[in-house]
Amino acid sequence: MINASLKDLATALGARQISSVELTQLLLDRIARHNPEINAYITLDAEKSLAQAAAADVLIAQGKAGPLTGIPFAQKDIFCAKGWRTTCGSKMLENFVAPYDAHIISQFDAAGAVNLGKTNMDEFAMGSSNETSYFGKVQNPWDRARVPGGSSGGSAAAVAARLAPAATGTDTGGSIRQPASLCGLSGLKPTYGVCSRYGMIAFASSLDQAGPMAKSAEDLALMMNVMAGFDSRDSTSLQREKEDYTRNLNKPLAGLRIGLPKEYFAEGLDAGVAQVVLDAIAQYRKLGTETVEISLPNTQLSIPVYYVLAPAEASSNLSRYDGVRYGHRAAEYTDLMGMYCKTRAEGFGAEVKRRIMVGTYVLSAGYYDAYYLKAQQLRRLIAQDFEQAFKQCDVIMGPAAPGTAFKTGEKTDDPVAMYLEDLYTIAVNLAGLPGMSVPAGFSNGLPVGLQIIGNYFSEARMLNVGHAYQQVTDWHTQMPKGIE
Amino acid sequence: MQWEVVIGLETHTQLQTRTKIFSGASTAFGAEPNTQADAVSIALPGVLPVLNREAVQCAIRFGLAIDAEIGRRSVFARKNYFYPDLPKGYQISQYELPVVGKGKLTIQVGDTEKTIRITRAHLEEDAGKSLHGDFHGMTGIDLNRAGTPLLEIVTEPDMRSAAEAVAYAKKLHELVQWIGICDGNMQEGSFRCDVNVSVRPKGSDKLGTRREIKNLNSFRFMQQAIEYETRWQIETLEDGGTIHQATVLFDPDTGETRAMRSKEEANDYRYFPDPDLLPLVISEADIAAVKAHMPELPEAMKARFEQEYGLTAYDAVSITSSRGIADYFVSSVTAFGGEAKLVANWVMGSVAAKLNEAGQDIVDSPVSPAQLAGLLKRTADNTISGKMAKEVFEAMWAGEGDADSIIEQRGLKQVSDSGAIEAIVDEVLAANATMVAEYKAGKEKAFNGLVGQCMKASKGKANPTQVNEILKKKLA
Repeated sequence: MINASLKDLATALGARQISSVELTQLLLDRIARHNPEINAYITLDAEKSLAQAAAADVLIAQGKAGPLTGIPFAQKDIFCAKGWRTTCGSKMLENFVAPYDAHIISQFDAAGAVNLGKTNMDEFAMGSSNETSYFGKVQNPWDRARVPGGSSGGSAAAVAARLAPAATGTDTGGSIRQPASLCGLSGLKPTYGVCSRYGMIAFASSLDQAGPMAKSAEDLALMMNVMAGFDSRDSTSLQREKEDYTRNLNKPLAGLRIGLPKEYFAEGLDAGVAQVVLDAIAQYRKLGTETVEISLPNTQLSIPVYYVLAPAEASSNLSRYDGVRYGHRAAEYTDLMGMYCKTRAEGFGAEVKRRIMVGTYVLSAGYYDAYYLKAQQLRRLIAQDFEQAFKQCDVIMGPAAPGTAFKTGEKTDDPVAMYLEDLYTIAVNLAGLPGMSVPAGFSNGLPVGLQIIGNYFSEARMLNVGHAYQQVTDWHTQMPKGIE
Repeated sequence: MQWEVVIGLETHTQLQTRTKIFSGASTAFGAEPNTQADAVSIALPGVLPVLNREAVQCAIRFGLAIDAEIGRRSVFARKNYFYPDLPKGYQISQYELPVVGKGKLTIQVGDTEKTIRITRAHLEEDAGKSLHGDFHGMTGIDLNRAGTPLLEIVTEPDMRSAAEAVAYAKKLHELVQWIGICDGNMQEGSFRCDVNVSVRPKGSDKLGTRREIKNLNSFRFMQQAIEYETRWQIETLEDGGTIHQATVLFDPDTGETRAMRSKEEANDYRYFPDPDLLPLVISEADIAAVKAHMPELPEAMKARFEQEYGLTAYDAVSITSSRGIADYFVSSVTAFGGEAKLVANWVMGSVAAKLNEAGQDIVDSPVSPAQLAGLLKRTADNTISGKMAKEVFEAMWAGEGDADSIIEQRGLKQVSDSGAIEAIVDEVLAANATMVAEYKAGKEKAFNGLVGQCMKASKGKANPTQVNEILKKKLA
C-alpha cells in the first residue's frame, strides 16, 4: 500500500479495500515512527487530517468520489491552510496560524483530498538543501547523512520515505526538480501562471510556481488536474481552458525530437550523473525519438541573473514581516526602529538575511540600472535561448542537478557552491517554462533525476514523455531502505 | 531684491470606488478600526493584489477632464519603506509609467486666466492610520484606509503666489467632484495637498531649493502656510542663510511651518515594477467607454450658458463653479421657463447667501429648484413684488411650503385692480393735504412720500407701478 500509485489508491478506496481514515491513520503512524529522524514534516494535526478523511469516506460511500478523493497529500509549509500553522520554515512565522486557504489548498479540499501535514522547507524557500529551515534539517531517506535537496526538501523526503503518497512543492529556481532528483521522485514545475500563487507565501513573485511531487509522471498528471487552473485572485494566473493532463499519457513518442543542450553536459556536471542521464537518453532513442544537439548560450548567466532578481523581489516581499501585525516580534525594544531591527534580526535566518541585503542593494538608487535592470534584460536573452531551441526540438533533456545528494553541512559555508546546485533548473524559471524531473537511475547508490524541459503549456506532452519512460523503467518504483 | 515664489502641488485624491484598489474590502469612511481590513489590507502572508477596474476608470475620467495623454501601458511599482501603518512594507504606486500623462487646468485669479500644467497623475494605494492619542505609550494602527485608491496629481512648478496655488487647488477640488471621482471631503482626508515652495530672485530662470509642505487639508491653511513659508525663505536668504530641501508641516495654531525631516534622512524607496501585477493596458475602447459617460465639463458648460442663456461671462463662471450649483441652476431654469438671467441672480444672490449663512451645500438646499421656479413665476406675472418675493423665499426656506401657498396664506397677492388702487390713492390724497401742497410747490420728494403712504395703506400689496401712474395722473 505504501508504494501504491494514486490511481491504485483511488481504486483501493473505491473498492473499500481500505478507507480514507485507515489510509490516513496508516500514514500518520508511519510519520510518527520515522519523522522524528527524517524531519520531513513541521506540523501535523491528526485530528484535522482524520476529519477530512472521514468526510472523504462519506463522499466515497455516496459514490461522489473524484480521482483524488480520500487520498492524503503532504502540503509544503509555504501554502496557507486555514486553521493550520503555516511557518514557511521560519521562526518569523513559528506561531502563525493561517486564517485562510491558499488556492492550491482549496483545490485539494474541493477534490476531497486529505491534508496529511505541512512539510519542512528551506526558510522562505531560500535554499537547495533544506538546511536553512528554522525547524531543523531534513534527512534524505536514501542516505540519512545527506540532504534531500531544497527548498521542497520536506515534501521530497516525505514522499521518498513513503510518509505521503505525494506532496506539493514550489519551485522558484529548482525547488521542486532538484529535491525530486536527489530523492528519486517525479516532480513538475508548471509554466508560470498555470497554478495560482494565491496563498502561497511569496519568495520571488515573478519566478514562484507551485507544482506536484510524486512517484510517477502519471501521479503528477492526476495532481495537475487539481492544482492547475485560473484564479482571479492572482493577477498573473493565466486564463486558459481547463485541460486534462492525463490525456496524452499513453501517446507514442515516435518522432519526438529531444534537444540536448551542450552547456548542460559541460564542466560542473558530475560524471556519474552524466552517465545516468546519457543512459536515459539512450533509452528514449529506443522509444523512437530523435536527439539533436542544441545550445543555450546564456546558461552561465542564469545564476547571476537569478541572484539579482530573486533577492530583489524577496527583499520587498519579506518587508511585511515587521512584527507589527502577526508573526514574531522581539520581546524588548525601546523605539520603532529598534522593534523592526530586533524583530527581523531574530526572526530571519542567515540565508534569508543575506538575500534581503543583496536584494536591497541591487534595488538601491545608483545600483538599480547596473544590477536589476541589467538582469531583467539578460532574463529576456535567456528566454530567447529557449525560443530558438524549441525551433529545433520538442523537449529539452539534461540533468536536473549537477550531482547527487551531498552530505549535510558540506555546502553550508559556501553559498556560491550551494547556488550552483540550481545551474540547470534556474533558467527555466527565468523563462517561465515548465520543467520536470523524473528518476533515471542511481550513481553510487544515490538517485539521479533526468530533467525534461518543455515549451510553454506543454505539460501534458512532458508528462507523456515521462510516463512513456516509466513504462519501460522501474527507477520510480524503487524505495530507499530502512523505511519499513 | 525682488523675490519670486515658485509653487508646485501634489494632490492625493481618494477615488470614490466602493472597494479598495487591490481588494474587495469596503472603502467607507468612519467604520470601527480595522473592521474594513481584509487579508490583503493586513498583508497576510501569501495574499496578492488584484486591480480594481473602477479605479482605472476614475483615472481615465480625470485624464479626459484635463485634456491629458492617457497612458496606454502603465506600470505599477513598489515604493519600499517601513512604517507601521504601511502593512506590506511597500506601497503599490506608479513610478516611471503613470496612467495619466501631461495635461492642463485653467485657473482664474482676479481677472486673469492662467493655465497650470499638470505633469502626471498616477494610481496608488493609501496607507492606514497611526493613532497616537488613544493608547498610553503605544501607537494604535487602523488599517481601514490601507488600500483606498488614490490618484496623485502632480503639477509643474507653475504657480507664482499663494493665491494662484489656492485657486488651482480649489479648481481641482471642484473638478474631481464635478466628474464624480472624489467626494472632496477635506476633513476626512479625501483631498490632501502637498505644496512645494521655493523662492528665487525675480527674473532668474533657475529654481531655488524647495521645501515641501505636507498634508494641507484646508484652503485657508494652504494660503497661510504658503505665505508664511515664502516669507521665511526670503528672510532666511536675505539674512545670508541657505534653504535646505526638507519636508515641513504647517501648524495652524502658530501659523508657522516647521521641518519634519531633512533630505539627508530621506528614504531610498527602491522602486521596481510590482511582479504581482501585470502592466495596466488601456485600449481605445476603454477610453471611449469612459468618454461616453463623461459629464459636460465646467469650461464647456460655461460657454454654453453664455450662448444659450445669455449669461455674462462673470455669471457663467459663478454658476459653473460647482456641479451642484450648475445642476440647481439648470433645473430651476427649466422649471421656470422664463428669463435665465433672473434665475442666475437668485441662485448667486439669495440662495447662495442663505446657504453660506447655514454652511450648507446646494444639494441640501431647503428650497428646491422647482420651488424657486414657482416663486419666480409669481414675480414674472406680477402676482407679487420683488420685495415680497424676498419674504416668500424666506418662508420657503423656513419650510412653509411652495410660493403659491405662502402667497395665499399670507395674503401677499399684489393688488393690480386699478379701481381699488384709485380708491386708495384718493384716500391718501385726502388725508395728506400738506404733502400734496408741498409737491405742487415743486418739492419732488413729497411725491415719494405719497407713494409710500399708498403702499402702506395697501399693506404693501398695491402694484407700485400702478400707484405711481395713478398718483401722477391725479396730481397733474
